[in-house]
Amino acid sequence: MTRQQADVIVIGGGFMGASAAFFLRQRGRSVILIERDLVGQQASGVNFGNVRRQGRFLPQLPLANRSREIWGRLDELIGEDAEFIPTGYLRLCYCKEQLGRLEQYAADAKAYDLDLEILGRNALKARFPFVGPEPIAAIYSPRDGHANPRLAAPAFGRAAARAGAQVFEQTEVLSITKAGEDFEVGCSDGRVFRSPAVLVTAGAWGNALSEQFGEPVPIVARGPQMAVTEPMPYAIEPVVGLATAKEKEVIYLRQVTRGNIVFGGGPRGPAHADIRRAYVLPQNTLGQLVQLQRLIPALGSLSIIRTWSGIEGYLPDDLPIMGPSAREPGLYYAFGFCGHGFQLGPGVGDVMAELIDRGETTTPIEPFSIARFASETAAPTHATSSVQAMETSPR
Amino acid sequence: MTGRFVRLGELDRAPLAFSIDGKPASGLDGDTLLVAVLNQTDRLRVSEFGDGARSGFCLMGACQDCWLWSESGERLRACTTPLKPGMRILTQAPGREWLKIAS
Amino acid sequence: MAEDRIIVVGAGPAGVRATEALVDAGLRPTVIDEERRDGGQIYRRQPEGFRRAKSELYGTEATRAANLHDSFARLQPQIDYRPETLAWNIADNRLHLVRGAQSDALTYGALIIAAGATDRIMPVRGWNRAGVYSLGGSQIALKAQACAIGRRVVFLGSGPLLYLVASQYIKAGASVAAVLDTAPRQLRVKALPKLMARPDVLFKGIALDRHLRRSGVEVLSGIHPLAIEGSDEQGVEAVTVRLPEGEVRTIACDAVGLGYHLRPETQLADLARCAFRFDAKTRQWQPEVDAEGRSSVKGVYLAGDSSRTLGADGAEAAGRLAALAALKDRGHTVSATEMARLAKTIARSERFRQGISEAFPWPHQAAAELSDDTVICRCECITAGELRAVASEKGATELNRAKAFSRVGMGRCQGRYCGHAAAEVVAAAAGLPLEQVGRLRGQAPVKPLPVAAGVTSP
Repeated sequence: MTRQQADVIVIGGGFMGASAAFFLRQRGRSVILIERDLVGQQASGVNFGNVRRQGRFLPQLPLANRSREIWGRLDELIGEDAEFIPTGYLRLCYCKEQLGRLEQYAADAKAYDLDLEILGRNALKARFPFVGPEPIAAIYSPRDGHANPRLAAPAFGRAAARAGAQVFEQTEVLSITKAGEDFEVGCSDGRVFRSPAVLVTAGAWGNALSEQFGEPVPIVARGPQMAVTEPMPYAIEPVVGLATAKEKEVIYLRQVTRGNIVFGGGPRGPAHADIRRAYVLPQNTLGQLVQLQRLIPALGSLSIIRTWSGIEGYLPDDLPIMGPSAREPGLYYAFGFCGHGFQLGPGVGDVMAELIDRGETTTPIEPFSIARFASETAAPTHATSSVQAMETSPR
Repeated sequence: MTGRFVRLGELDRAPLAFSIDGKPASGLDGDTLLVAVLNQTDRLRVSEFGDGARSGFCLMGACQDCWLWSESGERLRACTTPLKPGMRILTQAPGREWLKIAS
Repeated sequence: MAEDRIIVVGAGPAGVRATEALVDAGLRPTVIDEERRDGGQIYRRQPEGFRRAKSELYGTEATRAANLHDSFARLQPQIDYRPETLAWNIADNRLHLVRGAQSDALTYGALIIAAGATDRIMPVRGWNRAGVYSLGGSQIALKAQACAIGRRVVFLGSGPLLYLVASQYIKAGASVAAVLDTAPRQLRVKALPKLMARPDVLFKGIALDRHLRRSGVEVLSGIHPLAIEGSDEQGVEAVTVRLPEGEVRTIACDAVGLGYHLRPETQLADLARCAFRFDAKTRQWQPEVDAEGRSSVKGVYLAGDSSRTLGADGAEAAGRLAALAALKDRGHTVSATEMARLAKTIARSERFRQGISEAFPWPHQAAAELSDDTVICRCECITAGELRAVASEKGATELNRAKAFSRVGMGRCQGRYCGHAAAEVVAAAAGLPLEQVGRLRGQAPVKPLPVAAGVTSP
């Protein structure tokens, strides 16, 4: 049995874990990052790639702003290009009620330094003539944009490794137990890692670890329904999405500079966390195609060439788990980003590194505390006995 | 520019007039669009990613190399599309204006 | 009853014979085919208005072709035939279809996939130039459209199709500059015992070879392709190869037919979640089938070249056998004797095909020698150098990971034409056995799906 020690063990090499590992190294902390598969393979790698702030839960905007600031200097920070381009984000609406909500949001967001522009029908048509006849107005955030999710998290993982983090891929964590002052992290290959602090960034699988400390959360796994068209001459600069209360209507798209148009939206698909498979339902793809043409009629002459999904963790209030454990000193969480974690990735890593390093963070994250689910906690199953934890731990 | 393909028989078919990049062209009834175009010129399109002219590859609807544009903004897979009289074909993809076509 | 529906995908040799067995049993199967007319690629028909005789189109196989076409014509009134229709996805025992921009979905009780095969390609520097076609494509130009792909054609690759297409071109009056085979000639002698499993086919092959040699066309064996020369603007101008003795030869031409046997069309089987296994002999992943054509998924059967390459007559037997297996599984009485006889025919074809793959091996070693600027993925224009970089610098030694990082196989063809070569390039760069690199997972749609085909589900 090998034994390895670090200041912090990060469990889960998605975007949150990879960026936290990187920023912990920036703060001089020794880090072990453990990933069951490959870094950035699940939700981090298959999402839409939206680097958007507008439309977020308002108390999340300080975190999103901090993240956006990092996105702006990502290339020099991590030494790789994740194809971030601040193209702006155009959010359209089909009805007056929705416009009312957008206007209210724009007014409220000012307090969080997010400047949004409301475009009426004429201004919208003048600036973005490709939108169809149905949208009556739009809200535009000029500094939002998009990036490549296939590249971003793995790039952070490599940057963390270059900065001295030990990254163990294809290593599955089975248990976290407390042994004296330290945590012991046991892996399926028999290895045990030790550290005084543990950060759980295990996405849809986060609950399997948090419940070992008596903090279960009602997380469910769902799959985004993504697709991409053939490449076309680059012509759609902003990310374009629809603000709607009808799930079936939800659609968002972006064109990459190589020309393909990536899109998603509508009902999510089945995701099986246990077998690590998620599927795109054909009827969901077909439904998206209808919505795509409503938004931008010219897209009706294209073809799609690929669909994909992945495993995302959703919580009932659509907010992530982020912050210290409410029960165990030295244990931290950042998982379950409910399909909107991509933009937050760099910020979450930076904030969690600050929190672990200094015991506090300048960015408010209280609304995301795991304590909000404490009332749902069953009898505590505090994991002091490693044998018991190994036996009862889910995969 | 002469054609890339060479007809070896079946010449006794009715001619069909169409156009390539605005210039009049002629094919034969029963031609696929790919064959009609490549009997007149040496390419179907230009690669999006900078490696030059393309003229199709598999001819069986599998490789998806032979997409063409029509002047009205339609996208046509040349190897599986029969030539029809009056077709107006472009071998150069439009620029950004594809987004305005047909909207 | 939708649950009782049996769907056959593909109207080539395997699909037609599967359909026939189902109709013989009193059923009315649904037949989905992408083409306008039946026959598949091998017995592809020429359009209405063309007058060449079947003997001119199909040579020694004219009778088989005629039989297959006639059989299907007889079956048509008794089946739900949907030509020009793409089966683009499968989920929950429903096959999703699109014809033009019209969507449809059919629930099935059994699905027989006879989707055929496409050319297997090992890239060579310049294969992305205008004027390079797959061997299959070169043959279709002639068979279905009475055209040669150029004024002076080089055929490059390996396998029986290389010689067949070259010979057909010469007979039709085309100018063939050379036939360049990567396989050394002596391998054919070694493979003779297995090739003797089908003496009739072997004899036809020998006759082809004689015809080529008598015609005066230069036939070179054991060559190593170096480049398809030319320019971005003009396309192909020559082919350069290294001869076994080391001499480098450049042969002027304006078109190249390129191919190394076939690879199965496995996307539908993949979407149906069939298990795959690695075939070390041909160095490719194939869907698992039992001796009668059952896949690992209940109710899904695989026949013909879309599971493994058996050739057209092997495909006819496999198609009929898969349909009989489906009937048997659904409680019909079928002849055990016939099933055994068909299985024996297939086993003989299988042995012959093993001989073929030994006589004309997939030149996998070539992948390691491709120059860094050789395009691997035509669709996305991804080079061997880019692929090697993600394998060696970014640790992407699994093919789907390499795809995610490099875009290889991410284009319109979904990796059909670059997937096998990309796996070889990654394996060579990473120093891993090919099977550890894996295979590109199939992702819907099977082929591009028009956005205009969208429909709102109830």
